Amino acid sequence: MTDQTAGQDMIAADGMPLKKSLAKSLQREKMRALMLIAPLLIFVLITFIFPIGSMLFRSVENSIVQDTLPKTVVALQDWDELSGELPDEAVFTAFVEDFIIAVENKEHTRIGSRLNYEVSGMSSLFRKSARKVKKWDPVQDAPFRDKLIDVDKDWGDPATWSIIKTHSVKYTNGYFLNAIDMQRTAEGAQAQPEDKQILIKLFIRTVKMSLIITGMCILLGYPVAWILANLPNRSANMLMILVLLPFWTSLLVRTSAWKVMLQNQGVINDTLVWLGLVSNDARLEIINNQFGTITAMTHILLPFMILPMYSVMQTIPPSYLRAAKSLGATNWTAFWRVYFPQSIPGIGAGSILVFILAIGYYITPEIVGGTDGVFISNRIAYHISSSLNWGLAAALGAILLAVVLVLYWAYDKIVGIDNVKLG
Amino acid sequence: MALDNSRDAFVQFNRVQKSYDGETLVVKDLNLDIPKGEFLTMLGPSGSGKTTCLMMLAGFETATHGDIMLDGVSINNIPPHKRGIGMVFQNYALFPHMTIAENLSFPLEVRKMGKSEREEKVKRALDMVEMGAFGGRRPAQLSGGQQQRVALARALVFEPELVLMDEPLGALDKQLREKMQFEITDLAHRLGITVVYVTHDQTEALTMSDRVAVFNDGRIQQIAPPDALYEEPENSFVAQFIGENNTLEGVVKEISNGRALVQLDSGDLIDCKPINVSEPGQRTRVSIRPERVEFHKDRLSPDAHLLKATVKEFIYMGDIFRTRLSVAGNDDFIIKSRNAPDQVRLQPGQEIEIGWLADDCRALDA
Amino acid sequence: MKFTKTLLATTALTVAAGAVAAQEMTIVSWGGAYSKSQLKAYHEPYSAKTGVTIINDDSSAEAVAKLRAMNEAGNVTWDVVDVVAADAMRLCDEGLAMEIDADTQLAPAPDGTPASEDFGDLLVSDCFIPQIVYSTTFGYRTDLVGDTPPTSVCAVFDLENYPGKRSLEKRPINNMEWALLCDGVAKEDVYDVLETPEGQDRALAKLDTIKDSVVWWSAGADTPQLLADGEVIMGSTYNGRLFSVIEEQKQPVAMLWDAQVFDLDGWIIPAGLSEERKQRALDYIYFATDTQRLADQAKYISYGPARASSAPLVGKHEELGIDMAPHMPTDPNNAKNTFLYNYEFWADYRDDIDAKFQAWLAK
Repeated sequence: MTDQTAGQDMIAADGMPLKKSLAKSLQREKMRALMLIAPLLIFVLITFIFPIGSMLFRSVENSIVQDTLPKTVVALQDWDELSGELPDEAVFTAFVEDFIIAVENKEHTRIGSRLNYEVSGMSSLFRKSARKVKKWDPVQDAPFRDKLIDVDKDWGDPATWSIIKTHSVKYTNGYFLNAIDMQRTAEGAQAQPEDKQILIKLFIRTVKMSLIITGMCILLGYPVAWILANLPNRSANMLMILVLLPFWTSLLVRTSAWKVMLQNQGVINDTLVWLGLVSNDARLEIINNQFGTITAMTHILLPFMILPMYSVMQTIPPSYLRAAKSLGATNWTAFWRVYFPQSIPGIGAGSILVFILAIGYYITPEIVGGTDGVFISNRIAYHISSSLNWGLAAALGAILLAVVLVLYWAYDKIVGIDNVKLG
Repeated sequence: MALDNSRDAFVQFNRVQKSYDGETLVVKDLNLDIPKGEFLTMLGPSGSGKTTCLMMLAGFETATHGDIMLDGVSINNIPPHKRGIGMVFQNYALFPHMTIAENLSFPLEVRKMGKSEREEKVKRALDMVEMGAFGGRRPAQLSGGQQQRVALARALVFEPELVLMDEPLGALDKQLREKMQFEITDLAHRLGITVVYVTHDQTEALTMSDRVAVFNDGRIQQIAPPDALYEEPENSFVAQFIGENNTLEGVVKEISNGRALVQLDSGDLIDCKPINVSEPGQRTRVSIRPERVEFHKDRLSPDAHLLKATVKEFIYMGDIFRTRLSVAGNDDFIIKSRNAPDQVRLQPGQEIEIGWLADDCRALDA
Repeated sequence: MKFTKTLLATTALTVAAGAVAAQEMTIVSWGGAYSKSQLKAYHEPYSAKTGVTIINDDSSAEAVAKLRAMNEAGNVTWDVVDVVAADAMRLCDEGLAMEIDADTQLAPAPDGTPASEDFGDLLVSDCFIPQIVYSTTFGYRTDLVGDTPPTSVCAVFDLENYPGKRSLEKRPINNMEWALLCDGVAKEDVYDVLETPEGQDRALAKLDTIKDSVVWWSAGADTPQLLADGEVIMGSTYNGRLFSVIEEQKQPVAMLWDAQVFDLDGWIIPAGLSEERKQRALDYIYFATDTQRLADQAKYISYGPARASSAPLVGKHEELGIDMAPHMPTDPNNAKNTFLYNYEFWADYRDDIDAKFQAWLAK
């Protein structure tokens, strides 16, 4: 088979060095394995990695200003936006030339929308100006400075030009600055006015409430998983159906059902009033606030906690508890010192699942969260579907992703990721 | 041997019954006394009730009826953790998230023992099973045999007077098992502890125990020291279950002077020792150990009954020869002969005559 | 019977259509009672006339984002989309909707008045054909407001005389206007004030006085439900929703038309359709926005037709048999004090004020 002389490279039967021969045969195996997973890989790549990648790319992409107003951007380079003076005629001429082409291509409103994200009023400024400017001729009607200021006095405000210049870079940090309650200005990154600061607060609230929800799921799910794991198979299957039952109802229906339960004239308040525990004019405020969000989301996410816990607990043989008791441990000590530590991988897996799901939720907080129970995802949804500020939405999403990754890393450091078992 | 001491029982099962479903009894009217210091093995096929008895003793199952006494006190209502009984489990049940030392320290911690005392006891227990160097490792890093020793040390570290073992060697390979068998009995006798050992492996039971209780169908079929069990089985279940055994069926013709004359179904007559037959006309199953069958005429007593036999198969097994014969209608009649220089190797097809001492042939229940 | 008829009709149509390939178009709308009214008034007669199969998609709430995504992917699957005017403007600005010339591409009124005049000021965007005028207004529980039912929108801010919860939409639009109005700003000055940071703060300060008593809604169905459950004593929503609470469900609820905000809902055609699909979409629009069709829709839902020429044709509710005219937001009795949604203003200030509004909400 092989030449076993000490100190020499092993040689395979065909005379090739053994290491090379081994690598070659492994290579074949690897190729085969790759072929087998190729359909999935391609599927994930096309439907998941690529869209997410392109979405994340939006958080920095900002070529619209350069593409729509190329001459203006070049002309503005020589203008000092901090001087407080209007740019010279060259800039106005370049702008009108760019603008006429943009209007022809119907692109002027898009850049107006883009700049309106930074300063209110740009949208109508561009829309309004287009009606006049499109009738001008770039050569005969020059000079344009005063004419343009006639169209709208905002063109006479250096701040307007400063906005164009500040946001003319091809790749911008502007969206990320916006996402953390700051803004890109001529003087560099600055904090948003205090009455517009909301996003950091929402990030913190989202993480905090997701942690609380995860904690509630652990507290409520652990005993259920334990019972499931220790029941005979038949009864366990029955109970499992009850655990999975919520999955068979639409999320919207479940959330709305919580509304019926929790609202002021709802089932819980009615019952408490009827029992005389709460007076009729002091009904409990348990919906449209954080409590409502936590309650409804804990219920909705509970199965995601119970299932991994259950599958881990199932693998813990009952003999461990018996051994602990035979060694003199009380029921509690046996549970706490022997059973619980072994169920931690299930708790870990469940917690990661629930936390990651919770942090991205928005339907439930939207419906039962009121004002102080909404999440950052609700803002992302707003910017995706209402304001169409996808750059900001992408930046918020990227930060959310980063937060999850950081927490994942922290979990790995503290508990160890190999300590996570889904079954 | 413990057996020779006064028989006041340390562990006592008193008319114990156990049913799981309320319909069938898994343990039927069990009475058993175990004196202090005895190594008692419960042996039986699976489902015979032996493990249930052990679990009742440990406190993980409750007796449906009857009393279990430990040192003269009924322990029926004492929870397992207060019984102070050491236990070794089938798969060791070493806590995987603790090191070996922590595993051993656990029973001492729950007994609120001081740290230095704990460390000393853990060390002594580990040294006792020659695992002193492994205290810092986790169970998963040990071999099966090493885990077995640690499990043993853990069951002993808090110095219980009674230790229960539930098929502790089942997961080991043959060689290791034999080595551990010796170590466990040695340790048990050295420490003077009482051991109740459950196994379905009869070799284990025979080599380790002071006494063996053979379980079948929820009852103890026979309880006796190993040699008695092997040589003097009291019924055909025990005879079949313990060791290899040849059986021939027939009817008792007459019983006199401690001898029973049995007419086999083939018509042959043989002399036997009556065990649980009492009068002529009863059907009986005759049991003869393969190694007690002789085919050298010169080694048989002159008045012995001989039977004709045809050699069917000869198997060379190293230390012994194993020959399968056809005798009185039984094609699976086995004889074993020592591999000695003067030993004859029988050839298949050969016609021979076999016989045995009447005392080696036991007439049992049919 | 009916089934056989339909089958026969379909077969006949298929035979008649002959060479024409299976004609289908996807029309996007809001779902629920509104889509049903469109089905009855537009889709069914149009299908019967042309044999085009209409597929409904209830995605109007996400229309803007979805259209943008489709446009970027280069695969627009929608043919006609029902959106509110503000969304239509946004889509037009983004180049996601095509421009439509009212006079050449829409039906004139029966008396020959060109469509642009018939729709008048309601043509707020080049891409948008208005369909209905609806209003966002308040309804109140008649049994919970005491002996003096509210007559002014400022009752919303009057916790002393009208204690209890009220529901408002979780966005600044409309709420800011009402707040300023009830803080003493004249109606014609509202947007001038709202343009300034001070004015925005003023509006929020007014809203602050009732913040603890507000349930914020985000779906049009919320307020009707909250009113029906007695969770709130008054709340804003679309007038059609209140109509169904009052007239169909017979709940003890009444309309407070004061300071109702008119808004428009209508059609757009996505940009980038193939010529064939574009022609089909235009043909549908021409049919569905003529004077009679718009009037027909009011038989099924209490929204006012967007054409002036349709108003006299509005008749009785198809099922309830009551006169629909008095339930139209445009009825003179209801329209004593109204606002028209200021599209230009909100296109500029929506994101800015929304950020402030959300920050204020979270405080």
